[in-house]
Amino acid sequence: MGHYISITDEQKKEMLDAIGLSSLEELYDAAPSHLIKKNGLNIPHGMSELETLRTMEALAAKNKVFPTIFRGAGAYRHYIPAIVSAVATKETFVTAYTPYQSEISQGILQSIFEYQTMICQLTGMDVSNASVYDGATAAAEATAMCRERKRTKTLVSATAHPDVIAVMQTYCWAANAEIILIPEKDGLIDAGSLHDMLDETVACVYLAQPNYYGLIEDAPAIGQLTHEAGAKFIIGINPIAAACLKTPAESGADIAVGEGQPLGMPLSFGGPYLGFMAATSAMMRKLPGRIVGETTDSEGNRAFVLTLQAREQHIRREKASSNICSNQALCATTAAVYMAAMGPEGIKNAAVQSLSKAHYMASKISEIAGFSLRYKGEFFHEFVTECPLDTEKLMSALEEKGILGGLPLSGGGILWCATEMNTKDEIDSLISVLREVKSK
Amino acid sequence: MKLLFEKSIQGRSSCYLPECDLPVVELSANLTREKSALLPQLSENDVSRHYSELEKRAYGVNDGFYPLGSCTMKYNPKINEKIASLDGFTGIHPLQPESTVRGCIAVLSAAEKLLCEITGMDAMTLQPAAGAHGEFTGMLLIKKYHEKRGEGNNRTTVIIPDSAHGTNPATAAMCGMTVVSIPSGEDGCVDIEKLRQAVGEDTAGLMLTNPNTLGIFDKNILEITKIVHDAGGLVYYDGANLNAIMGVIRPGDMGFDCIHLNLHKTFSTPHGGGGPGSGAVGCKAFLAPYLPMPHITINGGQPTLQADCPESIGKVKAFYGNFLVVVRALSYVLTLGKEGIPDAAMYAVLSANYLKKRLSEKYIMAFDGLCMHEFVMTLEREAKESGVRALDIAKALLDKGIHPPTMYFPLIVHEALMAEPTETEGKEMLDEAADIFLAVYDEAMKDPEKIHSLPLTTPIRRPDEVEAARNPRLRWNPDVQ
Repeated sequence: MGHYISITDEQKKEMLDAIGLSSLEELYDAAPSHLIKKNGLNIPHGMSELETLRTMEALAAKNKVFPTIFRGAGAYRHYIPAIVSAVATKETFVTAYTPYQSEISQGILQSIFEYQTMICQLTGMDVSNASVYDGATAAAEATAMCRERKRTKTLVSATAHPDVIAVMQTYCWAANAEIILIPEKDGLIDAGSLHDMLDETVACVYLAQPNYYGLIEDAPAIGQLTHEAGAKFIIGINPIAAACLKTPAESGADIAVGEGQPLGMPLSFGGPYLGFMAATSAMMRKLPGRIVGETTDSEGNRAFVLTLQAREQHIRREKASSNICSNQALCATTAAVYMAAMGPEGIKNAAVQSLSKAHYMASKISEIAGFSLRYKGEFFHEFVTECPLDTEKLMSALEEKGILGGLPLSGGGILWCATEMNTKDEIDSLISVLREVKSK
Repeated sequence: MKLLFEKSIQGRSSCYLPECDLPVVELSANLTREKSALLPQLSENDVSRHYSELEKRAYGVNDGFYPLGSCTMKYNPKINEKIASLDGFTGIHPLQPESTVRGCIAVLSAAEKLLCEITGMDAMTLQPAAGAHGEFTGMLLIKKYHEKRGEGNNRTTVIIPDSAHGTNPATAAMCGMTVVSIPSGEDGCVDIEKLRQAVGEDTAGLMLTNPNTLGIFDKNILEITKIVHDAGGLVYYDGANLNAIMGVIRPGDMGFDCIHLNLHKTFSTPHGGGGPGSGAVGCKAFLAPYLPMPHITINGGQPTLQADCPESIGKVKAFYGNFLVVVRALSYVLTLGKEGIPDAAMYAVLSANYLKKRLSEKYIMAFDGLCMHEFVMTLEREAKESGVRALDIAKALLDKGIHPPTMYFPLIVHEALMAEPTETEGKEMLDEAADIFLAVYDEAMKDPEKIHSLPLTTPIRRPDEVEAARNPRLRWNPDVQ
């Protein structure tokens, strides 16, 4: 029923006449006739816009939008200024293709160039690409940048996000390259084990900062250990935490990657998000994907173009640094608008508030018997507590109050998160529900 | 135009967050960064105007004709944007309890089911984030298949026609495979004899798009897939060109074992200036256990996320893919339905043939006869005789308000221009565009020198790309500027 075809029946006839055919079906005469799906597809009839809207609204209504969220674990609810979606929904940004024709794509190219600059500022690194799919694929692509003839092994900290580890494992298996978990100790990467695992076959070490449990790793020490063994050091950093924490560059990273979702993207059941990737100048030509560079036009005016394309699949084919072409450009623009609107102090404020609220929450939860903090290390906006109760029961009790509790971990315990979105009142309500369930 | 950083004024800011209602905590000094990130300091008005200015210096499907071959720049329906912005989708944490995300799972399940029927596949995953990511996922299914049969170490070559998208060989390499490129026949299709010679006990598979990148439907497709299967390999379908045949001919019926779709091409989700897309991957039942996890399974009539998938290739992306892109694509398929899906394909092919007919008055076509959804012109003769290259025609079109066709692809056609008008343009738009293409051709032939200097009216003139690559300036640097 619904369609977006602009050709009228009259026009169709004229066009068929012009090419010497009498029906649309004849367009497929080159194909073996028994391949033609003559009886049509076994799918429902089309719908009007109104019916589609109603159908999809009904599906959306089957989901529960939690007013209060204390769950992070790789996807974070931060405040998104209204300007962010106002810009990110501008029709031309939404409907443009990859900026191949630079003369009419300066708007897209400049916005990516500005994004690249901001990612460099946030991470302290020299160069950034135009984005990859998400934080997990960014980590996986980073390992490929580090592999050399004799150094092929990836070491990944067990304290990284499970999905990041899983995606890295898939990419390494694909490339027939080994990937090994570095054990954890007290919720942190075990530097002693890492020391023993490092040898001349190791290409890189991946460390998440803060790690999956919210703890802040001693990244400079791990970086030094890694470099002493001749391997490359990759840090996966939370971009909001990056406003406060020692930068990946200050920690000795060769490559900094991360999940950019906290920079202005809604939770959206996991995507689209944003993988950011930045590196030292020395590794610039190994970066995968699009990169925008500044140059001049034939009249000497500032111009931006896609550059260093000799790395890419459409030029290098099987020798390319990656197969990526479409990335997450609109999400990169979204992140750039978020950073521009919030400014350096605004992002730092979001970081400090998240940190402060998480610490208040941690101290209040751990006052309840049985809910002690599992780890002693300094944390950012996530932390793990023990849980003396049936977690499912606890989560249901919270759900009744419109609260999405922390994430129950597979090995027991709960991973909690707070951001600037959580008020003191919300945290206090959480605490009273916990106490109530505990006392039952 | 100035950069955001050049508009920054020390001390300027906006206020978005309330005062912290709890005591402020500070991290130990040894954990914190030395200097604040040098982000711009702007008012919201500054930011708003900056991006409005940038928007005017860009070109989208909403701005005009966009016949970018191989990219299927069809109209992006606005209702799909509205649906994708519903709180019930955007406000959902990916790790909520399953009982609270029934709608999201239903979206994924419905999209999988419909796309399976459209493509003739048995199972589908929506986890891959783009076409190339889908290729990677699909080729990993093939890798896993051979591994499971104990042939993982032997079957390591992938056959790819020389007309293929560059992502195909790059994907095979990422999957640890060796690429064997086979030349196309004189008709632009797979050279059957060359294919026969290329297959063997080392063949993991063949990667193919049909219609191919020349816009030609390979009539030997059943023989091609049979040759590869007989040799013990599998056949991968690159879905970049599905818009030509969706609902009319199904890849599954042609003998393909797995496929990827570009939801941001065929299924109308917008391209965003380079993503986010979605590269759904479909496969036949025998490959289904290897799909990325979690799978969606139907349990007592209810779709559920199944994380326990022992034979899976693993995860290719965190969580479940570019979910909101899938929401848009599902809305599109529901709107078009049983009749609309094949109609879109047929009208896309009609438009391409009509435009091809009109342009062949002056332009030399790489191949004659009926095309599918796109066609390729060659400026080889003009380049030799008068120095007018494909690039020159493309740049001249910019001054006329038309997005040029894809340039210099496929590689097997010299001085190629590849045009794909899609089904969403009216005849009068195609006529207007044809008139412009033909006028540009005449102008170029009359004054080849002048055309090298075009465009004149765009925000910038031709950029110095050599300089950009030779002295890379990839970020604004306050110390240099």
